Amino acid sequence: MAEIVLMRNFGRQDSHTLAGYRATGGYGGWEKARTMEPAAITEEVKKSNLRGLGGAGFPTGTKWSFIPKNHAGPVYLVVNADEGEPGTFKDRYLLERDPHALIEGMLITARAIRCALGFVYIRGEYVQPWRLFSAAVKEAYDAGLLGHGFDIVVHRGAGAYICGEETGLLSSLEGKKGWPKIKPPFPAIKGAFGQPTIVNNVETLACVPPIITRGAEWFAALGTKTQGGTRMYSVSGRVPKPGVYEASVAITLRSLIHDLAGGVSGSGRLKAVVPGGGSAAILTADEIDIPMDVDGLKNAGSMIGSAGVIVMDESVSIPEALMVLARFYAHESCGQCTPCRESTGWIYKQVHRIVEGHGRKDDLDTILDVAKRGGGTTICAFYDGAIGPYISYIEKFRSEFEALCRS
Amino acid sequence: MPKLTIDGKEIEVEAGTNLIEAARRLGIEVPHYCYHPGLSIAGQCRLCMVDIEKAPRPTIACNTTAGDGMVVHTDTERVRDTRRSIMEFHLINHPLDCPVCDQAGECWLQIYYMKHGLYDPRMVDEKVHKPKAVPLGPHVMLDAERCILCSRCVRFCDEITGTGELGIFHRGDHSEIGLFPGRDLENNYSANVVDICPVGALTDRDFRFQVRVWYLDTTKSICTGCARGCNVDVHVNRRRPHHAEGRRVARLKPRFNAEVNAWWLCDIGRYHFDFVDAATRLTAPVRRNPGGPADVTWDEAVAGVADALRRYPPEQVAVLASPQMANEDLIALRRVLETRGIREVAFDVPPTALAKDDDFLLRADRTPNRRGATLIGLGGDAGGLMAAARSGRIKCLWVFHHDLLAAGWPAAEVSRALGRIETVIFTGTNANATSERAHWVLPAAAWVEREGTFTNFEGRVQRFRTALEPLGQALPEWELLGRVLVGLGGTAAGRRAEHWFRELTGAVDAFAGMSYQSLGDLGRLVAGATASGLPTPPGQRASAHA
Repeated sequence: MAEIVLMRNFGRQDSHTLAGYRATGGYGGWEKARTMEPAAITEEVKKSNLRGLGGAGFPTGTKWSFIPKNHAGPVYLVVNADEGEPGTFKDRYLLERDPHALIEGMLITARAIRCALGFVYIRGEYVQPWRLFSAAVKEAYDAGLLGHGFDIVVHRGAGAYICGEETGLLSSLEGKKGWPKIKPPFPAIKGAFGQPTIVNNVETLACVPPIITRGAEWFAALGTKTQGGTRMYSVSGRVPKPGVYEASVAITLRSLIHDLAGGVSGSGRLKAVVPGGGSAAILTADEIDIPMDVDGLKNAGSMIGSAGVIVMDESVSIPEALMVLARFYAHESCGQCTPCRESTGWIYKQVHRIVEGHGRKDDLDTILDVAKRGGGTTICAFYDGAIGPYISYIEKFRSEFEALCRS
Repeated sequence: MPKLTIDGKEIEVEAGTNLIEAARRLGIEVPHYCYHPGLSIAGQCRLCMVDIEKAPRPTIACNTTAGDGMVVHTDTERVRDTRRSIMEFHLINHPLDCPVCDQAGECWLQIYYMKHGLYDPRMVDEKVHKPKAVPLGPHVMLDAERCILCSRCVRFCDEITGTGELGIFHRGDHSEIGLFPGRDLENNYSANVVDICPVGALTDRDFRFQVRVWYLDTTKSICTGCARGCNVDVHVNRRRPHHAEGRRVARLKPRFNAEVNAWWLCDIGRYHFDFVDAATRLTAPVRRNPGGPADVTWDEAVAGVADALRRYPPEQVAVLASPQMANEDLIALRRVLETRGIREVAFDVPPTALAKDDDFLLRADRTPNRRGATLIGLGGDAGGLMAAARSGRIKCLWVFHHDLLAAGWPAAEVSRALGRIETVIFTGTNANATSERAHWVLPAAAWVEREGTFTNFEGRVQRFRTALEPLGQALPEWELLGRVLVGLGGTAAGRRAEHWFRELTGAVDAFAGMSYQSLGDLGRLVAGATASGLPTPPGQRASAHA
């Protein structure tokens, strides 16, 4: 069993308080970091092989180093706490049970990128996480940790999945409709309010204090060659013990399901697993002997995404599962780019029709063709995420769909 | 200046030029919907994809700046395939109601489907339904089902007028254009959103259901709504006279001129053509005797007017010219005045209420040629002229266009003055209270029924062309003035407007060296004038974002 880093305090009753956090060595990383040169902090994070844990898996230190060196105006740090990926609920645990880990991570990051103001964009439905995190921010101000060179603004979203896309989030934060922004320019060059901005996920930043405290080598050694550390897996679906589990990024999907989540419930026979949140391509029962790091899932033709693991046993209808997801994407497409706006709705209608027993086998080829044609043609990655399930569910479980079709 | 290759052709463009514009210079059209050169880049429609060598997938041309050494292909199999896909996406929820859509014939969905689509439709499910025939304001009607959500209209109201009436509401395929609560699309540039709408979503309430666009003919012209002289195209319906209740001028559309109006035209100017086909048009020369009015021939009318001008000594004759008249008319008038030695001339009849500039193109001066009338030397004291008429000194008055009884003078005084004048001559396009008091009425062709030039407020001389035959027997003013000049024993400059323009360039220094050819489509400044250029749109001024 790997070391527990991110969830180390979760067992304490007072883990959400400053006192509880301090009792386990909290803010030690910040004490150390404030004596370090900003560039040295970035260098340490680069060496740790920390990769973004929100979905894209981009190397965190490298992202920080994109901030222009001689920028005269402000630089912003924005924390993406708009956790909305289907099957993902790990940031919620961090915000509720260890909010100071995020605040400390923000302090250190802000120093690395020379930033004086951070925003935390919390998903609108996350009421309790917002309350607990806001209380922690108040504590940090009262204790003088915040307000001396770095401030935090907590902002609540209004309930749109697309506002978890980093530039959609920035638009929303700026008070506009949550439409992703056209790139280039990338946020590190021109982000929130037109200023260089780093957008990081909650869990990513929670990894930063231990990296500074215990060193990049230690963190890198927890993971694989290309990705350091542990991460939090949200496991749901047909398992006896659903929940959030922390494990090395090197753990296999099989071990995660069987050793941590207690195996497969329902019929007891595994049918399929979504390994990285709704947008990840589905894996069949015999594709689970893979490491759960960014590259391991990529090699398996899927993605680790936000590490939301959804387990489906033999009794689950894959067409129905796809219909639910397709409805989600049709509902959440922001409507900005034509391919995504039009085809998410169209594909949902087709899958729905198939599930209702009015499908034609042609529909399956149409869905696959539409999905493949639309891929890579949009401003943001939303549609590329949507086509992961469209294509994989049908290609891997085609007979199940065909059985529902009339002709 | 980056040098790049597009479809095998090299071109050098200014730094910052995007690939759509770079390709356009080579005569290569990259299809697009949301891109508009006058608006910010949205990158939403995804139609302008091109292949750039070394790029893994097609890239949108609108948001890609031309780079040195870039090699671009706009017509690869992959690009064609992408376009086909994007066209299919644009059309799956489109109602395909072309037979009843006003945009049909000039719709970019139709044009690009024929050029880049031509796929077999696969959509068998129920389309998304949205509001139809929604009036957004006095001039614009929305059909949300036809909308492809390119956001041009939204960006126009944000970035050009700065009024921000429009937004895109809801999400996904339920997204729709709409007004913010409590707002109407009633800024003075509202109808421009119809021009920039690439599809039939936004239609012109004045034009819709009047005539199919393929029956229209287009003529380059100049707007006469104010002194700016916005460049326009006049669209006329000659081929289906039974459509549109006999209205010949179907609509005005802005015509690009970077120095004057760019792509835009204000609503006041756009709809300033009703008079052309109005029932009040004067269509035949009239002589009004004590017994009542009677139609006469042009020969009789010209002879009668020439006789009146000869009969009275010059100091008893006055002329109120008009800044509605073209440069050609004004020089012809000047020749008439010179022949008889008439000195009492003016054109500045005060309006009842002073108009104001708007915050962009529209000028307070709502006439097209005040600068021209001034340069040609027809300025004078209109008030003094009327006072002379009241005192009985003026026995013959020739009025062009003005309704003196509806001007900024007390109507009773004007009426008294007109009563003391023995011979009132009226020339204009439409009847008014003054023409009703005239002894001779010489009907003038409207500006769209003839050619000529106007000099705008900054001194730009711009041509307008003949879009229609004059109504009835109406004549261009230069022509009827030329006939009167001949009647007075003088020599007309010629039988074409261009001859009179040549006469003008010889007579007035400010116009020296100009010719119709050298004016071209964009016009030329008179000597000594400095161009002020296009004003910064309100939506782009610093205060708009304060």
